Amino acid sequence: MNSTTTASHAMKFSALGRQSQQLSLANETPCIDVKDMHLYYGASKALNGITMQIPKKRITAFIGPSGCGKSTLLRSFNRMNDLVDGVRIEGEVTIDGHNIYAKGVDVADLRRRVGMVFQKPNPFPKTIYENVAYGLRIQGIKNKRLLDETVEWALRSAAIWDESKDRLHESALGMSGGQQQRLVIARTIAVKPEVLLLDEPASALDPISTLKIEELLNDLKDRFTIVIVTHNMQQAARVSDYTAFMYLGQLLEFDNTDTLFTNPANKQTEDYITGRYG
Amino acid sequence: MQVSLKKWVASGSPWVWLNAGAVAISVVLVLGLLGVIASRGLVHFWPASLQEYKYTDSQGLQMPVLGERVQREQVTAEQIRNAGLPVPEGLQILDRQLIKVGNREVYGSDFRWVLEHQLSDLQYPKQAIALERREWGNFYGYIVGIKENGKLIAEQSPAENQLWDEVLRRAERATVIYQKIKGLESGAIGAINYALEQLRLEERSLQLKGQNTAENLAQLHAEKTLLQADYANQEAELMALYTPFKRDTLMLMTADGQAKEVNFSEIVRLYQPNSLSLLEKTQHYILKLVEFVSDDPREANTEGGIFPAIFGTVLMVMIMSLIVTPFGVVAAVYLREYASQGLITRIIRIAVNNLAGVPSIVYGVFGLGFFVYFLGGSLDQLFYAPALPSPTFGTPGLLWASLTLALLTLPVVIVATEEGLSRIPRSVREGSLALGATKFETLMRVVIPMASPAMMTGVILAVARAAGEVAPLMLVGVVKLAPNLPLDINAPFLHLERKFMHLGFHIYDVGFQSPNVEAARPLVYATALMLVVVIAVLNLTAIGIRNRLREKFRALDM
Repeated sequence: MNSTTTASHAMKFSALGRQSQQLSLANETPCIDVKDMHLYYGASKALNGITMQIPKKRITAFIGPSGCGKSTLLRSFNRMNDLVDGVRIEGEVTIDGHNIYAKGVDVADLRRRVGMVFQKPNPFPKTIYENVAYGLRIQGIKNKRLLDETVEWALRSAAIWDESKDRLHESALGMSGGQQQRLVIARTIAVKPEVLLLDEPASALDPISTLKIEELLNDLKDRFTIVIVTHNMQQAARVSDYTAFMYLGQLLEFDNTDTLFTNPANKQTEDYITGRYG
Repeated sequence: MQVSLKKWVASGSPWVWLNAGAVAISVVLVLGLLGVIASRGLVHFWPASLQEYKYTDSQGLQMPVLGERVQREQVTAEQIRNAGLPVPEGLQILDRQLIKVGNREVYGSDFRWVLEHQLSDLQYPKQAIALERREWGNFYGYIVGIKENGKLIAEQSPAENQLWDEVLRRAERATVIYQKIKGLESGAIGAINYALEQLRLEERSLQLKGQNTAENLAQLHAEKTLLQADYANQEAELMALYTPFKRDTLMLMTADGQAKEVNFSEIVRLYQPNSLSLLEKTQHYILKLVEFVSDDPREANTEGGIFPAIFGTVLMVMIMSLIVTPFGVVAAVYLREYASQGLITRIIRIAVNNLAGVPSIVYGVFGLGFFVYFLGGSLDQLFYAPALPSPTFGTPGLLWASLTLALLTLPVVIVATEEGLSRIPRSVREGSLALGATKFETLMRVVIPMASPAMMTGVILAVARAAGEVAPLMLVGVVKLAPNLPLDINAPFLHLERKFMHLGFHIYDVGFQSPNVEAARPLVYATALMLVVVIAVLNLTAIGIRNRLREKFRALDM
């Protein structure tokens, strides 16, 4: 990636892609509220005192070098980190006012409300229809009409209905990578979550599929609070309203995307977005 | 030169040759093994020609010998002399033949070694007959007459053949009656006997419960009377069949002129091997093969078919699979998915793997002690008290044999399933969890279906191992001859407590416990071939299922 063009590209994209409205964190309703969170993998500390308020119905991007903890932070919003042995979390994460690490929280229900899309498309070895209906069936929905409607709605919302409507009952594994990733997004929004977490959703895809995913995110942001982790700064600049820059387990800067990319407050942020890191 | 050799070694082609050579040798060995078994076993059913010799014994007495040549070999003259038999001077090497002369009740044994230099005048008499009987093995000889109800109705000299068609007709008639009798015995009469036994048990159970009031007993008695009347009817019908069945007698003569009478009711099949055309021989061969796989054994398993053994083997393997699969899968899921991967889990896993190395006879002993005596004995006390002291489940039987083999093959299924579970990508599990599924729902809906091909691999290995086991089965349920199949028309249809026959044990029994070793030898090969075929079919079925599952849950290319 050429370092100097990266930032200018990003600026161009953000200038084109957005109306020149002024976004400010101060005017937003917070959805996810993180207070002084520390996360340890065994003895090593992965997140160090994160405090941030992620705004509702906006797209927030996490950027930062590899190993800076952005995926870890994302995965702590739906307690995916619980699956890792030896994880310990201090601090507080509230989503819509509920502490998700409180005792007695139904983790399965939390994960239904906070959906997640992973780096590699991970459709189940089932039909396209069954993939999308999976979350609904888990909730015990058996009504055929309701299932049909929701599956269609989800596939339409994920902009993949046209490509899949004639092969709903064929295996999802026969789709291309980009289609699979949009299918996974459809599957996630089919359960009508409040928050959509995306962990580098386009990093395994070709440029055209990436573009489709980005357009899709733009369409979805009116309905969901979206948090996206990305390695690709142009992508962050293109799709997000707010961007958080993380470095070595700390949140160094969190501001609206335009400001962060054009006028970063922090020297390290500037170094990173202009490509001065190795 | 040295350099090029070095290069050749470095290029890796010697290793390719070595590996390909090893594979080739393995393939040749397997094919050779199958070839030997198949050729020795299958030749047995081909109708051999009957040869007649003049045999001159050491005293110079001549007598005819009629029979099938089974084997031919060379022996040294010294060996024969040491055995106390005179050998003409000047001969170093002698040829001798093993001839199946049949007529066991006349000659005392079916087979006879003769030295070839004592044989002369070889002929293949067209009118010589081979007679397969229900008892006493084969008869070889000539037809001299037919008796009906003890009265001679037709006669011929041994050299003639005019009665042959009449004999065939009467044999056919007897066979038809025989089928009826068998149908009646195993069908209606069998069912009545079974019902009577159930009534007896019911009466005993009423006694034990202290409910043997006059009213209850009267009701039982009424049912019993009905059944007995029915039985009497059936028996009369059976008796009415037996008289015509035994009407005709075939008068025969052995090659050396001894007269012999055989009732037509004892004839399984008769033919004139030397006048059969190739087509007829082929027909005969196919019929014999069909009989072998579909009929009951006769004469201490040395004649007839092996159907009960095939049936028992397949049924036992199926029941075993039904038991071992859920157990193994549940155990593997716990070990892999739920148990914390600490020291204890490691120890358990090592223990499970080592179970696979325990000699199978040990499982047999365990099965006998725990399943048969303890579990079966307790079951009898609890549920089958009326039948005591004769045991129902407290004796070796199909259920215990299946359970013992399930235990024996459990490690295979556990290891294969664990392997399969560990290969399900983490991303798919996370995908399910991220949709709000619990761990259990993820397991049931995604992980276990995806791991099912691996489970089938475990079942395939288990089937292959279980179908070939003999040693433990001898302790927990296999017998030389089971009177009934474990599956019949009497409710509850599947009789898990019954003893059964098994191909592996059948091979052992026919080969080593048989009173007639020479006659049994080809059957050992044929049965071994059948065992291989049965295992192959069972495995192919399981492999077919696995491949379908694989296609369905084709792993994600990650």
